[in-house]
Amino acid sequence: MCLAIPMTITRFEGNYAIATANGVETTVNYAMMPDLKENDKVLVHAGFVIEKLDEEQAREIEETWKEYYEVMEKEEKKNMPV
Amino acid sequence: MNRELVKKLAELLKNRKLKKELRIMEVCGTHTAEFFKTGVKDLFPEGLSLIDGPGCPVCVTPNAFLDLAITIARDYNLIVATFGDMIKVPSSYSSLAKEKAQGMDIRIVYSPLDAVKLAKDNPGREVVFLSVGFETTAPSEAIAILEAEKQGIKNFSLLSCNKLTPPAVEALINADEVKIDGFIIPGHVSAIIGRKPWDFIADKYGKPGVITGFEASDLITGVLSLIDLLEKDEKTIKNEYRIVVRENGNEHAGKIIDQVFDVTSSVWRGIGELPGSGLKIKEQYSQYDAERKFPATPPPVKEHPGCRCGDLLRGLITPPECPLFDKVCTPENAVGPCMVSSEGPCSAYYKYWRR
Amino acid sequence: MTKKILPGHGSGGKLMNDMIAGMIKEILGRDSIQIDDSAVLDIEADKIAFTTDSYTVTPIFFPGGDIGKLAINGTVNDLAVMGATPKYLSCALILEEGFGFDEFEKILISMKESADSADIKIVTGDTKVVPNGKGDGIYINTSGIGVFKKPLQRKQIEKGDKIILSGTAGDHGITIMSLRNNLNFSSALKSDCAPLNRMIESVIEKFPGSIKFMRDATRGGVASVMNEITTGMPFSVKLIEEDIPVSDEVKGICGILGLDPLYVANEGKIVIIADSASAEGITADLKKSEYGRNAAIIGEIDSVYPGKVYVETFIGGKRLLPLLVEEQLPRIC
Repeated sequence: MCLAIPMTITRFEGNYAIATANGVETTVNYAMMPDLKENDKVLVHAGFVIEKLDEEQAREIEETWKEYYEVMEKEEKKNMPV
Repeated sequence: MNRELVKKLAELLKNRKLKKELRIMEVCGTHTAEFFKTGVKDLFPEGLSLIDGPGCPVCVTPNAFLDLAITIARDYNLIVATFGDMIKVPSSYSSLAKEKAQGMDIRIVYSPLDAVKLAKDNPGREVVFLSVGFETTAPSEAIAILEAEKQGIKNFSLLSCNKLTPPAVEALINADEVKIDGFIIPGHVSAIIGRKPWDFIADKYGKPGVITGFEASDLITGVLSLIDLLEKDEKTIKNEYRIVVRENGNEHAGKIIDQVFDVTSSVWRGIGELPGSGLKIKEQYSQYDAERKFPATPPPVKEHPGCRCGDLLRGLITPPECPLFDKVCTPENAVGPCMVSSEGPCSAYYKYWRR
Repeated sequence: MTKKILPGHGSGGKLMNDMIAGMIKEILGRDSIQIDDSAVLDIEADKIAFTTDSYTVTPIFFPGGDIGKLAINGTVNDLAVMGATPKYLSCALILEEGFGFDEFEKILISMKESADSADIKIVTGDTKVVPNGKGDGIYINTSGIGVFKKPLQRKQIEKGDKIILSGTAGDHGITIMSLRNNLNFSSALKSDCAPLNRMIESVIEKFPGSIKFMRDATRGGVASVMNEITTGMPFSVKLIEEDIPVSDEVKGICGILGLDPLYVANEGKIVIIADSASAEGITADLKKSEYGRNAAIIGEIDSVYPGKVYVETFIGGKRLLPLLVEEQLPRIC
């Protein structure tokens, strides 16, 4: 029961924010994440913003796994019989 | 994550040679479903097995809760608002789907706030929202109560069966009925509570865990990371979902939960009553508590004698090991909730894995 | 006050006759509707195709169409996928007391436009009125007759055959679902409701011996059509998830509501199974039609899981895609 999807905040209307993803707009409640700004990337669950997405972390994680792959690939090659 | 990189990491997982057999548990039901749906489970190397945990809120909700909901709805002729997930779940004698066919006013909502709006739009009728879910959903349900209070809506209430996940994980470890080497920890529960509340798994019980998200990339990196921790014997809780999960979680959300709910003991299907594993509506908000507002006496709870959902939720068996699976118990005629919940292990095996 | 349907409009009396003569016939075609108890048709063919379908939809009007357009195109497409050329339609209307004449008129105009654009004639019909509260405004039944220009030949499906989808999956069902349930989504998404007969005739003419199966993927979506052909067969259907066209909006809404677009209804999409040598050519031909712009080869016939349909995900994992027991519900799990 924990389906949540990434969306982008486009504007604010009263107590609600308008979020968009894949060309679909919807109204979201952001009482759990009050310091939101336009263009923030967020995670939406059941019509609520539950967290902000940290794009810096996203890049860092991707970089780490890229290096991980390169290291593992080298090791695999090393272990392969010539 | 770049798709090409994900494909390469998928290859790594598929070709990984394990030093010994490993049994890992995914605690969260959404993970259960996504492991199948994304095809990541299909790539598991030999010797790696996935044990489905107690993390599907619909599945761990005991019959008594739905029995009470149905009794209240009948006795007080009110509108029941629920997430679509609950509709087909069998209760002791019925289900919401069966009640709806017989005329009970049941509305599917996407958000707890839709239920508040329903109450506002139907001022002459009482609306009860079935509040089922873990930490991910609890703040939304608390906000629904706060919103009803703010707008002066008096015909809205919540029937709470909200549960907290770490105590259930600890109970499973303590019961020691099944060997679990490490845990894939729920990403969206952790978005609310943070990484820290899971440290007990490593510090107290010496087992590693990895918090991860729900896309194919998250599942692959989560599993690779857990294998590495296990093989290097690192007893720690690693956060591979740092995009979303902070050390202390979403503190605003935590405060909202604390404002509306008190921690209480709660009954989990298959596991039993666990102290500190549930949420009940605070005295101050009792006018929004359906249990207090609509006293009712449901009929005695009846469990199907052959149903092994309980054993399944404790990780003791896999769905095909249940004698009812795909024989007596199918999605058309489900005996237990694990077959109808979209994230129930039986539903996932039935749908994706009868090959 | 706007004019409403009254019980008398289905009574067989003057009110009904005036409505039929002054409105229904006027709009649907004075030249084509025959006034006798049956229509008499000229047909030159050894074999005809004959089909019927009833249409109920809430809401009655939706982006991309309405119940009238749906009722014409649905039946036209059912004839066309059999290889027949749609010729004649019947049209039975069940109206609810209190239904607005304005809306009724819009639906009739939409039926006429759809029939014209599919080159099919509405030749006979019926009108009934049910009491207030006993219907959703309007239900429509249409039956259709199509003729075969050439006898239909379809070879057996075998390993290696390709599966072609004529465009994006799930547009109609998701359009309708996002209007229901107070989901407050807004997007540019429209129903794909369309007459596919010309597009279909073109591929059948150009690739006569290559098409082994064709079906419009309506209720139950692409997944249900695929299951229909594999059940009990010695082969399996493999769908390649990455190659299945799905619009951004459908992806977005399916993501939010936890739905699988492969199970969602379409009203303007066909699935074709063809021999592998012609599959590229058929796809290219479909792409020339305005209703087939996004056509793609989405999978093939193999024997990995005989009798079953499965999906290969982009990371190379497999999962089965069985028939669903009932319609998917929006969920948060």
